[in-house]
Amino acid sequence: MSAYKIIDHEYDVIVLGAGGSGLRAAVGLSEAGLKTACISKVFPTRSHTSAAQGGISAALGNMGEDDWRWHMYDTVKGADWLGDQNSIEYLCKEAPKAVIELEKYGVPFSRTDDGKIYQRPFGGMTKNYGNGIVQRTCAAADRTGHAILHTLYGQALKHNTKFFIEYFALDLLMKSGECKGLIAWNLNDGTIHRFRAHITIIATGGYGKAYYSATSAHTCTGDGNAMVLRAGLPLQDMEFVQFHPTGIYGHGTLISEGVRGEGGYLVNSKGERFMERYAPKAKDLASRDVVSRSMSIEINEGRGVGKEQDHVHLHLSHLDKSIIESRLPGITEAARLFANVDVTKEPIPVVPTVHYNMGGIPTNYKTEVLTGNGSEKTVPGLMAIGEAACVSVHGANRLGSNSLIDLVVFGRAAAMRAAELVKTGTPHEDIGESETEKCLERFDKLRKANGENSTSELRLAMQKTMQSKCAVFRTEKTLKEGVDEIRKTYDGMDSISVKDKSLIFNTDLVETLEFDNLIRQAITTVDSAYNRKESRGAHAREDFPKRDDEKFMQHTIAWCKGKDTKIGYRPVTKTTLTNEVQYFPPQERVY
Amino acid sequence: MVQINLPKNSKVQKGNYYQDKTGSKNIRKANVYRWDPSNGENPRVDTYEVDMDNCPSKVLDILNKIKNEIDPSLAYRRSCAHGVCGSCAMNMDGKNGLACTKPHSEIEGDINIYPLPHLKVKKDLIGDLSGLYKQYESIEPWLKTNTKVETTEIIQSKKDRKKLDGAYECIMCACCSTSCPSYWWNGDKYLGPAVLLQAYRWIVDSRDDEKKERLKKVADELKLYRCHTIMNCTNACPKGLNPAKAIAELKKMLATS
Repeated sequence: MSAYKIIDHEYDVIVLGAGGSGLRAAVGLSEAGLKTACISKVFPTRSHTSAAQGGISAALGNMGEDDWRWHMYDTVKGADWLGDQNSIEYLCKEAPKAVIELEKYGVPFSRTDDGKIYQRPFGGMTKNYGNGIVQRTCAAADRTGHAILHTLYGQALKHNTKFFIEYFALDLLMKSGECKGLIAWNLNDGTIHRFRAHITIIATGGYGKAYYSATSAHTCTGDGNAMVLRAGLPLQDMEFVQFHPTGIYGHGTLISEGVRGEGGYLVNSKGERFMERYAPKAKDLASRDVVSRSMSIEINEGRGVGKEQDHVHLHLSHLDKSIIESRLPGITEAARLFANVDVTKEPIPVVPTVHYNMGGIPTNYKTEVLTGNGSEKTVPGLMAIGEAACVSVHGANRLGSNSLIDLVVFGRAAAMRAAELVKTGTPHEDIGESETEKCLERFDKLRKANGENSTSELRLAMQKTMQSKCAVFRTEKTLKEGVDEIRKTYDGMDSISVKDKSLIFNTDLVETLEFDNLIRQAITTVDSAYNRKESRGAHAREDFPKRDDEKFMQHTIAWCKGKDTKIGYRPVTKTTLTNEVQYFPPQERVY
Repeated sequence: MVQINLPKNSKVQKGNYYQDKTGSKNIRKANVYRWDPSNGENPRVDTYEVDMDNCPSKVLDILNKIKNEIDPSLAYRRSCAHGVCGSCAMNMDGKNGLACTKPHSEIEGDINIYPLPHLKVKKDLIGDLSGLYKQYESIEPWLKTNTKVETTEIIQSKKDRKKLDGAYECIMCACCSTSCPSYWWNGDKYLGPAVLLQAYRWIVDSRDDEKKERLKKVADELKLYRCHTIMNCTNACPKGLNPAKAIAELKKMLATS
C-alpha cells in the first residue's frame, strides 16, 4: 500500500468525533494540558447533537424539590434494570454540576421568573421515586442540543484544541490488545494520516442510519462502533434501539418530547387520548418505549389516522400561543416545513421513529473500554463516550433528556481519567506497519471496487430489513428472517461498486465506507435481538412478552467478524458507587 | 496590467446530460455545477432528468435521488436533513438556502444548483468555509465572566435572556455572508453578517463582562463598517434571522457609547 502517502502525527490523546461528548472531552483534555487532537468527519457544529431539542436532565430543583437519587431511580427504572447502577449513580450525582458548568460556558438556557435555568417535565422523570411528575429537564427553548454544541465548540476554541475537520477515520491502530491511535483519510486533500496517541477516545455517536426511518442525520453511521468491531472487540446491548414516539410521519423529523412535557398529547382515529389506557399515571409522559409500543398497538388494531391508518396525531393547538412561541419555536418550524402543519391550529402526524442506540462500546463508569473477556478487564489506550458508548446508564431504554447529560458528564469523566493515566509528552513506542497495511488494504479495495451493486441499493436493502424485521415489536420469525436477510445484503458487498475513484471529497467512497460500518452493526443488532428471548425496555418480543431477570438481567456482548457473530453475556452491575444511595432491586415497571 | 478576462480554467462548460431511465412522465431537469479538483478539467454544469413522481419535496431530495440512482460521484455536504446542522447550504435558483428545507415546488422551470457564491470550491457543491470559521474564532465565541459563584447558575432575567433570541439560533450555514456583496469583495477583512451576528450574540449576553472590549474589537472600518445595509443577509437566512439588524444594533451601540 505504499501508493498512499502517510502523514504521521503524535498526540497525548485523540478524540474521534466532535459532537457534545467529544467536544466536552476535548475541552477537559486541553484544560489539563494534554496535547490533544479532535478528529471529525464534519465541522463540529454540524454534529448531530445539534438536533437535540427538549433538554438536558439534572436534579437542580429550580422548579420545586428534586434529588439526584430520584433521578437515579427514574433512570434505573427507565432502563428496565439493564443499566449499571454504579454508572447511573455517577451520571445523576454529577449532572447538576455539569449543567451549571455548561451555563458558565455560556449556554443560553431559558429562564424562570427569578432568572434561574428553566426546567420542563419529561417522560419518566418523577419525584420521590415514582410519585408524581417533576420538572427536571433544563431547556434552551427547544434547541437545547444546538445551544450546547455551539457553546462547547466555543470552549474548545478558547482552549486551543487542535481540530482535524473533514477527516474520515478508517481504523484503530491496535498492538497486542492495546490501542495506539488511528488512521484517517483527509477529505480536503486526499491524504492519509496516522495519529499516534496514548489514549484514543471514541465519540462517534449512534448508527441510526442502519434503519430506513430515523430521526438520525445522514452522518449517524456509528463509525467508531464499527472500528471497534474490526479491532476484534465486542459491542454491548445492540438489540436496544430506541424508537422515539414522535417522528414526523413520512419524513422522520424529530418532534421533541418537550411538546408532551409542555402539555401536548397523542390522539388516535377515534379522538381518544389513548395513553391514558396504557399508562394511567404518567399518560403521555410515560417512557419512550412504553409510548412507542402503545402507538404501535393502536395502529395495529386499526385506530391509526390518515389514509393508511398508519400513524397518530400529536395535539398541541390547545396550548397557550405564547408558550408555543417561547418554548417550542423549533418544532413549530419543523412541523410547518415537513408536515405542512400550523401547530396552533392542527395536530402533527407522528409515528414511532428510530432515534437512539442504547447499545454501543462497553465501558466502565470511567469510560475505559471493556474487553468483554473476563469481568471488567479494560483495553489499554481506548475509551468511549456518548451515544457510541454503552457505559451503561440507559440500559434497555433511555429516558428523554438523559442523553445530553450523558454526553457532558462522561465527556468530562473521560478527560479526567485520561489526565490521570497519561503524562504529557510520553514518547510513543514503535508499532510497525502491519496494522496500517491492513487498514489501507480495505480502503483501497473499496475504492477500486467495480462490481454491480451500488452502495445506495445495498444500504436501502439493509435499512428496509432492519425496519421491518427488527422494529418496535419482534418475534422469533421476523428476527430469524432478519438474521438471514441482512447477511444476504452483506454478501452483496463482494460485488459493490464505487464510481468515483478520486481521493478529494470522494463522497461516493465515504458512503461506501459508512455502509461497511453500518452493515456490521446491523448484523450485530439483529443477532443480539434474536438471542434475547425476553422483553425488556425497547426490546419487545411478542413471543416472550415478560422480562426474565433470572436469565437475561445481563448485558449482551457481541463480536462480529464479517458476517459471523459471537454472542456472550456480562452481568449487570448490581452495586452502587458509594453509600450515598442504595441499590434499586428490580420491580415490575409500570407508569 | 490588470487582468480583465477571467482565467481560462474558470470558464464553466456545458456538461453531461443524464436522460431519465425510469420512463416517468413527470420529469424535471436539475442543472448542477460540477468540478473535480483531481482531473484538471474546467468546471461544468451537468443536467439530470429527475423522476418527480418518486421524489419528496425538498431540493436535497433531488440531490439524494441523483446521487443514489443516477450519479454517485456527485459531491455535496448534508447531514441532519431538517435545517439544524447547516451542512447543505448552497445556491438554488439563484438564491442561497438550505437544500433540506427549500421546497423544489418554489422553483419554476429548471432547477439550477450551484455552490455558495464567492467561495473557493473544493469539489462540486462543496465550498471552502475555512475563512469564515477563522473569523468566527476571532470574535472569541465564549462567555467571559468574572463571577465567583461556582455552584449555581449566573442569574439572568427573562428579559435579558430574550435579547439572545434571534442570535443564538444561527447555525453557521454561511448563506448570509456568501450572499453579501461587501463580503464578496472584502471577505478577508470584513467579518460578514454571520460572524457579526455571533459577535452581537456575546455582546448582548447580560452574563458577559467584556461587552466594552468586544465592541471595541469589532469597531473597525473593515471588520464592521463594510456593511452597507444591502440586506441580502436577512433575505438569505434560512432560519429567518436578521443579521442586518444585529449589525445595525452594533453600529448604534458604538455610536452611543
